[in-house]
Amino acid sequence: MTESLSPDVWIAVRLTIDLAAITTIVVLAIGTPIAWWLSRTRAWWKEVIATIVAMPLVLPPTVLGFYLLVLLGPDGPGGTIAGLWGGRTLAFSFTGLVIGSVVYSLPFVVQPIRNAFEAMGERPLEVAATLRASPWRAFWTVAVPLARPGFLTAAVLGFAHTVGEFGVVLMIGGNIPGATKVLSVAIYDYVETSQWREASILSGGMAAFAFVVILSMILMQKRAARVGK
Amino acid sequence: MRISRFIFGAVCLLVCGVVAGRADADQVNVAVAANFTAPAKEIAAAFRQKTGHEAVLSFGSSGQFYTQINQDAPFGVFLSADQERPKKLADKGLAEPASRFTYAIGKLVLWSKQSGYVKGEATLQSAAFAKLSICNPAAAPYGEAAVETMKSLKLYDALKPKFVEGADIMQAFQFVDTGNAEVGFVALSQLTGNVGGSRWIVPQTLYKPIRQDAVLLKKGADNKAATAFLEFLKGPQARAIIEKYGYALDNGS
Repeated sequence: MTESLSPDVWIAVRLTIDLAAITTIVVLAIGTPIAWWLSRTRAWWKEVIATIVAMPLVLPPTVLGFYLLVLLGPDGPGGTIAGLWGGRTLAFSFTGLVIGSVVYSLPFVVQPIRNAFEAMGERPLEVAATLRASPWRAFWTVAVPLARPGFLTAAVLGFAHTVGEFGVVLMIGGNIPGATKVLSVAIYDYVETSQWREASILSGGMAAFAFVVILSMILMQKRAARVGK
Repeated sequence: MRISRFIFGAVCLLVCGVVAGRADADQVNVAVAANFTAPAKEIAAAFRQKTGHEAVLSFGSSGQFYTQINQDAPFGVFLSADQERPKKLADKGLAEPASRFTYAIGKLVLWSKQSGYVKGEATLQSAAFAKLSICNPAAAPYGEAAVETMKSLKLYDALKPKFVEGADIMQAFQFVDTGNAEVGFVALSQLTGNVGGSRWIVPQTLYKPIRQDAVLLKKGADNKAATAFLEFLKGPQARAIIEKYGYALDNGS
């Protein structure tokens, strides 16, 4: 490796990390109330909501990409929002990618948090209530700390899954360096144009990243299980 | 246990597929550059009617197919959007050099869904749009031609920040078609039968002619359907279809 990688690669790495970090924050902010509601409500239709949230697990990315392209476009709500700052469409923008990634990664975040909330049962919150903690305070001081392993899993999965996203980005991104050309798309580009060296270095990096993420997840869950006992 | 059963099932399917493929020798897989999608479908239908052979078409960017063919993809014929890639495949021994010929010469168009929007090169000069859709110039010849055009007009640097790139020409078209980009460079063939919007057929002086070559691949060398398809592509019936879609024909062949 005498030649260094082109600056394009570093732009793509930086963009991917930014996208994954921002998506993780947004998806935790949206996913936590959904997970809480799902774990506490007795509404008969709660599993309908749970199903809708989980659908991106099964849907091909092309289906999401297609819907997003239409919804983000000038004739959809995305166009209206973009109009606020004089734009026409949210497609081909970093904002558009964040919206797509949030939808796509939501199930990976809601599921572990919901499980953690359900696993702790009603008891800790009842105790908190008898000690006159308001529901809001009980949530923050009792439920969230108890569900910590669930949050950790959710954050790691949400981040990693966004890094690994490809189909949706390819369809709504437009391959713009620094705005929408994330690592997975850059790799696709290198393969399409027979630039094997770049493709193999980046792919190797992604494989190493995936290995570390999954291994640390497994170790974290083991540790949580030990502490739980 | 479950995994081993899954693998067993997968192997069975694979074997069945290979056996079925052998039994039906009158079928050829054709890799088609995306700009040629519509005429290729029509040609394949006519080819089937006339010869009984079946051409199974795959569409994508020329760069994508080039990479796949290098990795032993099961295509018998390659209809590229350029001359360079079929030539390189022949040099590498992956295609029959003598079979290479220009089946069509493509035309580049600047297109918008809004009528009255595109008014020739002035539209590019005024640059009143937010997004200009092209296809990836590194992987697709129409993207390269779009870049050449803008360089000839000395507008490339000014317009570059407005580019959105489709992975192939179909995606570049679709970005404009969904209204997400106001204008885009597409292939004239894609606008056949599409009367709406506004367009500017880019003068040939602004970009190198897009000579699109077909080639018989090594995988198709012994396939009757593959050789027959290339013959059919040279014939009057196919040439009429190609012209109908706005391509020029190579008079030399």
